[in-house]
Amino acid sequence: MTRKIVVTGLGATTPLGGDVQTTWRALLAGESGITTLEQEWVARHQLPVTFAGQAKVKAKDVLSVPETKRLDPSSQFALIAAREAWADAGTPEVDPERLAVEFATGIGGVWTLLDAYDTLNEHGPRRVLPMTVPMLMPNGPAAAIGMDIAARGGVRTAVSACASSTEAIANAITRLQSGDIDIVVAGGCEAAIHPLPIAAFASMHAVSRNNENPAQASRPYDVARDGFVMGEGAGALVIETEEHAKARGAKIYAYLVGGAVTSDAHHITAPDPEGTGAARAVIAALKQAGAAVEEVVHINAHATSTPVGDIAEYTALKRVFGDHLEKICVSATKSSTGHLLGGAGAIEAIFTVLALHERLAPPTINLDNQDPAIPLDVVTAPRKLPAGEILAISNSFGFGGHNAVVAFKSAN
Amino acid sequence: MALSQTEVLAGLAEIVNEETGIDTSSVQMDKSFVDDLDIDSISMLTIVMNAEGKFGVTIPEEKVADLKTVGDAVNFITDAQ
Repeated sequence: MTRKIVVTGLGATTPLGGDVQTTWRALLAGESGITTLEQEWVARHQLPVTFAGQAKVKAKDVLSVPETKRLDPSSQFALIAAREAWADAGTPEVDPERLAVEFATGIGGVWTLLDAYDTLNEHGPRRVLPMTVPMLMPNGPAAAIGMDIAARGGVRTAVSACASSTEAIANAITRLQSGDIDIVVAGGCEAAIHPLPIAAFASMHAVSRNNENPAQASRPYDVARDGFVMGEGAGALVIETEEHAKARGAKIYAYLVGGAVTSDAHHITAPDPEGTGAARAVIAALKQAGAAVEEVVHINAHATSTPVGDIAEYTALKRVFGDHLEKICVSATKSSTGHLLGGAGAIEAIFTVLALHERLAPPTINLDNQDPAIPLDVVTAPRKLPAGEILAISNSFGFGGHNAVVAFKSAN
Repeated sequence: MALSQTEVLAGLAEIVNEETGIDTSSVQMDKSFVDDLDIDSISMLTIVMNAEGKFGVTIPEEKVADLKTVGDAVNFITDAQ
């Protein structure tokens, strides 16, 4: 039997705000969370990229001192987002063995790993902290959340680069459909604004170098786009069976009706220019939703602002939707938040859920000259979505040829 | 200049508080790290490491197991300075 699945809680900490509502309002207002990095290490390493989307609220201002000392920054963001989502869901009283966590990261505890290596080099092995291993492991954020809410139904971590947290949400569907669990905290996080990842992404020419105008650097679909902008933070969604949600009287934001994962087997970093793998993921998610392509009214696109990625996604969407694509309004919210890598899919799923819930598609900023090769209907000011039962999807693609898509349906 | 026992206790209490969140006033000489303060082995290792850095002493690994109470640790550090 197929169980209906609903979203009942949202939590986030992003470059736009320390919680979901602050983030969402800033997004609707067309704000940018991208700023110049003031850290001394930018000049010390003469980094070619000097800006990023740093979390608006510092984790240390929210968490206790022991939490900040014993958790990598990625896990700190994860915990903040998960606690907000759990509280938003009404702090449910649940059977711990039927509560699971599906929480992703793209890179894991990169700060911990590299700090520990510096300590080893400078002070020797006796100074390497005993908590180093649990802090750097990529399942650390999921484990921290699992401990915090006493989830004993399985705690897992999808790792598929920038598709990670969308894959985690898709995995939540599988877990709930198995019948073994009732409720999941799903999402993802990233805290990789560190000189090494910045240097590495710059080395592969993946990131924007618009150092003079950080707030305008992330410009999906614009002819002047020159790469993505790193962001940090986390997003978390409480996802449960409709039966479970209704039995406890929970508010329902939206239905999670589909989730799919495919892979390109094309190139380690470049998207398949034909977009076939991405298209198959969209089609599979809609098939699981039992929906026709004509039912989709809104897409939160992956749209990282790289020259080739934005076109490849358009090609995939055109392949799936054909002429109906003209009737779909598309939001590229990385223009405001930057690219949260393993946390991107989670916050964009939240934006998609809120777009359905509030019937309002969020804007894409910095679209001054739309690339004629990408003739999408891009939302540039908050746009009303139609009444009635409507469907929206959120796409995420990652290095490694990972494609993940989730589909949501309005509930109100 | 060597610190007094009281000063070492105060410094150690700060380290314990930062690592575990335990109130500094609970970190008293007669308290057992494991039985009274519920400090796990990995936290204990971190506390020892931070104490070495703060007080400029070396606490050999084989000695750590003997430091059962806060007083044991304070006395060891005071003597080792």
